[in-house]
Amino acid sequence: MGLVARALEAAGVPTLCLTAAYSITAAANPPRAAFVDMPLGYTAGRPHEPGFQRDLLRRALDAFETIDTPGTIVDTGVRWSDDETWKDSASSGLNNGVVSADGDTRRERSSEPQYQYDDDRLAAEGA
Amino acid sequence: MSSHPVDYIARTREQYDALGYEPYRWAERPGPPPWAQVPTTLENSTVALVASGGAYRRGHVAFHWNDDTGIRLIDTAEPASDVRLTHFAYDLVPAREDPNIVFPVDRLRELVDEGYIAGLAPQAVAFMGGIYSVRRAEAELVPQVVDAVTAMDIDLALLVPV
Repeated sequence: MGLVARALEAAGVPTLCLTAAYSITAAANPPRAAFVDMPLGYTAGRPHEPGFQRDLLRRALDAFETIDTPGTIVDTGVRWSDDETWKDSASSGLNNGVVSADGDTRRERSSEPQYQYDDDRLAAEGA
Repeated sequence: MSSHPVDYIARTREQYDALGYEPYRWAERPGPPPWAQVPTTLENSTVALVASGGAYRRGHVAFHWNDDTGIRLIDTAEPASDVRLTHFAYDLVPAREDPNIVFPVDRLRELVDEGYIAGLAPQAVAFMGGIYSVRRAEAELVPQVVDAVTAMDIDLALLVPV
């Protein structure tokens, strides 16, 4: 997403990258980023907690007004939990959850559309 | 930093090493980022949502999982509960129960209602992150996102990865 941010900004659009992956975002070096200490897949909050989600977004959006140095990543202070044990098993997902050669059960990823519901396939194919 | 971020780059390196693979080459852009001035205050700004969680809607062809570099446009007037999600690299179960955690369209609409931001672009740009090849992401995906967003009448773009 950092590369998208850089390209948009070069095209004249101010951007803010929300991020739960500090090191990945720091490497891509987008103009503005707001860090949330959340697991991947929960970047915009905990499910079914609209208050938490709105607070997260307000803090992130505030970075549009506070960041004045390109390449800044602000810490929103938003975090998943005071209990950080979820971090022990967190991975980027690029390895599809594989952590060792013994556990390598990956399969080649399909080039077929991966629908959430069969009905979505029918709707898309019938269109 | 109030807490210690997970270093996903280091973890991926360890995991690839355990598999006997060369390290994954994450995108590194040490040069100064491009910069566009924020034109006005948040409360006067219309915001575009750009999200990489694999969102689509009924009627769309869903993303495939083999480096799909396409984009989908999603009407932001529709509730998040109508948004579909597909992705190979994160847990879809909680996100499908509440798509706002990767595609916060309901929450952004509420921030418009409360006056925190002035507006939300009528359409959001969705794609599926995790394109393995940085070169392909930049050559195929990024220009589509730029074309879609620059065609919108907006002030700011909020980018939500997974």
